[in-house]
Amino acid sequence: MEWETVIGLEIHVQLSTQTKIFSGASTAFGAEPNTQACAVDLALPGTLPVFNENAQRMAIMFGLAINAEIGKRAVFERKNYFYPDLPKGYQTTQLEKPVVGEGYVDITTDEGSRRVRIHHAHLEEDAGKSLHEDFHGMSGIDLNRAGTPLIEIVSEPDMRTSKEAAEYARKIHAIVTTLGICDGNMAEGSMRCDCNVSIRPKGQEEYGTRTELKNINSFRFIERAIDTEVARQIDLIEDGGKVVQETRLYDPDRNETRSMRSKEDANDYRYFPCPDLLPVVVDDDYVEAIRATLPELPDARRERFISEYNLSDYDAGVLSAYRPQADYYEAVVAASKDAKLAANWVMGELAKNLNANDTDIKQSPVSAEQLGGLLKRIKDNTISGNIAKKVFEHMWSDGGTADEIIEAKGLKQVTDTGAIEKVIDEVIANSTPQVEQYKAAEPDKRGKMIGFFMGQVMKATGGKANPGAVTGLLKKKLDALCD
Amino acid sequence: MHTKSLTELAADLASGAVSSTELTQAYLDRIAALDSRYNSFITTTPEIALAQAKAADEARAAGQAGAYTGLPIAHKDLFCTEGVRTSCGSKMLDNFESPYDATVVAKFKAAGAVMLGKTNMDEFAMGSSNESSFYGASRNPWDTDRVPGGSSGGSAAAVAARLTPAATGSDTGGSIRQPAALCGITGIKPTYGRVSRYGMVAYASSLDQGGPMAQSAEDCALMLNVMAGFDKMDSTSSQRDIEDYSAKLNESISGLRIGVPKEYMSDDLDPQIAERVQAGIKELEKLGASVREISLPRTRMSIPAYYIIAPAEASSNLSRFDGVRYGHRCENPEDLMDLYTRTRKEGFGAEVKRRIMVGTYALCAGYYDAYYNKAQQIRRLIQQDFLAAFNEVDLILGPTTPHPAFKIGAKNNDPVSMYMEDIFTLSLNLAGLPGMSVPCGTVEGLPVGMQLIGNYFDEARLLNVAHQFQQVTDWHKQTPAGI
Amino acid sequence: MSLDRSDVERIAYLARLAIDEQDIPQYTENLSSILQLVDEMQAIDTTGVEPLAHPLDGEQRLRADEVSEMNQREQLQSVAPATEEGLFLVPKVIE
Repeated sequence: MEWETVIGLEIHVQLSTQTKIFSGASTAFGAEPNTQACAVDLALPGTLPVFNENAQRMAIMFGLAINAEIGKRAVFERKNYFYPDLPKGYQTTQLEKPVVGEGYVDITTDEGSRRVRIHHAHLEEDAGKSLHEDFHGMSGIDLNRAGTPLIEIVSEPDMRTSKEAAEYARKIHAIVTTLGICDGNMAEGSMRCDCNVSIRPKGQEEYGTRTELKNINSFRFIERAIDTEVARQIDLIEDGGKVVQETRLYDPDRNETRSMRSKEDANDYRYFPCPDLLPVVVDDDYVEAIRATLPELPDARRERFISEYNLSDYDAGVLSAYRPQADYYEAVVAASKDAKLAANWVMGELAKNLNANDTDIKQSPVSAEQLGGLLKRIKDNTISGNIAKKVFEHMWSDGGTADEIIEAKGLKQVTDTGAIEKVIDEVIANSTPQVEQYKAAEPDKRGKMIGFFMGQVMKATGGKANPGAVTGLLKKKLDALCD
Repeated sequence: MHTKSLTELAADLASGAVSSTELTQAYLDRIAALDSRYNSFITTTPEIALAQAKAADEARAAGQAGAYTGLPIAHKDLFCTEGVRTSCGSKMLDNFESPYDATVVAKFKAAGAVMLGKTNMDEFAMGSSNESSFYGASRNPWDTDRVPGGSSGGSAAAVAARLTPAATGSDTGGSIRQPAALCGITGIKPTYGRVSRYGMVAYASSLDQGGPMAQSAEDCALMLNVMAGFDKMDSTSSQRDIEDYSAKLNESISGLRIGVPKEYMSDDLDPQIAERVQAGIKELEKLGASVREISLPRTRMSIPAYYIIAPAEASSNLSRFDGVRYGHRCENPEDLMDLYTRTRKEGFGAEVKRRIMVGTYALCAGYYDAYYNKAQQIRRLIQQDFLAAFNEVDLILGPTTPHPAFKIGAKNNDPVSMYMEDIFTLSLNLAGLPGMSVPCGTVEGLPVGMQLIGNYFDEARLLNVAHQFQQVTDWHKQTPAGI
Repeated sequence: MSLDRSDVERIAYLARLAIDEQDIPQYTENLSSILQLVDEMQAIDTTGVEPLAHPLDGEQRLRADEVSEMNQREQLQSVAPATEEGLFLVPKVIE
């Protein structure tokens, strides 16, 4: 039996506004419990919501970025249910009339390209948090997060592989970080993905029963969770069972999905328009004014990186995906005037150090200007690539410009051929056995033996000799001995 | 002194005939001596009152007195008062000292008012008799075996017994107008959105409005000048400019076109009440108004529409009472379900539970269209009836209630019969129109009221008409025997 | 519209209200009579009528995204039934 996988994603994106969606309390991360939960957030009797203009603006920006219709008359509704992290006993959300209508994003995987349709995106408020720490048998509730604005992005079930799902999630991540409406920090919960997964026999039109994998916060886990769930569903059905529509949690340690204890059976949310809020009306002028402020979107930026900087598809894709990194990269290009070299270093040495230190590029101790300055010195042969790595390490830990470090540590590359020749002569003189081996070898085998002499010359010059110049001169001198 | 109106007291304060401290002490003494008969206050605030009175006297001495400086006020116990119990007539909030002031309360404070205390009410404003209060029934000063009306029964009784010259009330289906009529005082429900709802504990958000209850239209105007106005904390607050509600009181009403709905003066109406209302109409004709019969065909539909919409909104508004962040909490909850169900069972009375259940049911999937949606459609038809009427007339008039005050306990086992008492008042809340009740006579010694209904934001005209009526009649000056 | 016992039990569950066994019949009767009252609405033709959610035809006002509420935890938690280390305590929440 050939099975086809059908996947839809619901992604919750925390908007990076200063204040909550309906109150003037701060949304800054990491505050002491309940110090950012005002009377409105705590749902004290008599309190009322007032809608944050920035949340509206950010939602519209997203809508424009996914080529969607903007809801000109959006209506907030109440979703009623009881849970300790939901102070009002209802969540204010949008149902029939969301702020963003149908849109799409295009994704590419090694399997090909696909347009993933987005059904809609709506604004809603986030709930608080229940801490799992035990307070003599009780749980503790922190409502700082309650009221943080979210957009929930609901895709159509257009994806067919776990890779596509992960790529779609990456695309959404790239869009919202590029727009500056979300900080993209998945570890902190800024973006959370629910995956709806079902299978059906290939060729069948009707969808199978789907399960929902909740709250996945990494692209890698999205792929793995979907893969294990699909395998589970296939096994289940081929063994004669039926997939139950339910919510499941992905356990990354065991790489399996588990049915969640069902919160309620048949929970009727009793949606109705929130009477404390009026319809949110926007006109074309307002939308166009926002459109004019849109930054270059990831796809456009990637295209430009390819055409303007001659980068490969892959490199362009990596560098354009995360706006702070794309901005950094372009600043390095501007400072160094070498797009390829900049790409290598941003994706190479810089990325390596950022990852090892768990640092976001926004907090990089080496600025784009510093890195650009360093690359300039490689280009103009002041230092070699290897020496540059040493300079970078100093920059990372101690700061300073490339010139300052090169000067202070005396790392200038030796390019003076006369000086290099002298060193080569000394090395040859001190390496008689290796020279004899070189002379005795077949001419086409000699190339490999240069390495030893290179090493010696570099050692003698403290690594500062220009490798290109050394190689040429070494070969000349050694070959001269072979005649 | 206690029979003086707010306007007269203001004059006495201005002339120095009495100080606010003397005035305040007199009322406090009166409440202490007499309120056990009426149970109109849930909480009295003598210390706060005397401190405010002192401050008011000092402000006056410094030449900084405003229109309400030093005048007493009592607040219906659903207006949040900082540091003072705000119970909403419910065990659920018996222990709740609000951490903040409602906007209405803050406005009175800023105007220099002296708060005597918080008045009794039907639990969470749900009722027409004040019998559902956790603190026991309030009694009509005209006959203490009878109800004062509800839900602002305590405010009405307190003013009728002259324990305070003025009190705030709230009106969702008639809760200012009906008790005003049954207690022989004057009350006005402003246009929806005219008075801020921030801090006024919500019953039905799209119907609730706070308003003045006092001895005369002139006094109500003085109060409305303090209460009315845009509030940025309330999204449903109107941004329309306020006016000086006292400015037009003395204008002639010659040429005023008054409509009397034939549905209000039907054969079902108690003939004695009909007689009083007709007498009132005659007075207005003598003042130059012209009267004609109009039709508000969907009047009767206001009852089912209201008794779906209000409970539906209330069922959601009252979900926040869960024992987690404030208010009553059951002892030793075993688990979350126990916490919720037992807290709410213990904290809410029977009528509140009934309405929560009706409202919950009406919003359930499958019933939403037939109940909630249908009711909102009927609501628009009712609004259309009024708009059509206001094309032909400037003001609509009829009885406020179908009966005078009934005996305490008479309608206990028959909630539906209680709901029928609201037939004349409900439709205004559904349409959002302003309405006033003005004393226009007695039936077997019990007061009855005449209801004046105005077009949107036409409070000044209502007060003007009422004031002119009160210049040629003295029903509003009458007090129960012995007061 | 008449309700039966199971309806009342389900509604009470959705609304998190515990109803005593002996009170269920009374509630069932009361709710049924209220719903009979509102069934009168069905007699009115409302085809094509737009529901009126808000009496005034208003549009939602937007608030500037500026912090206006500072930390008030102590004051706001002074009315809370059970707190510890700044958290609101509830019986264990099981996910």
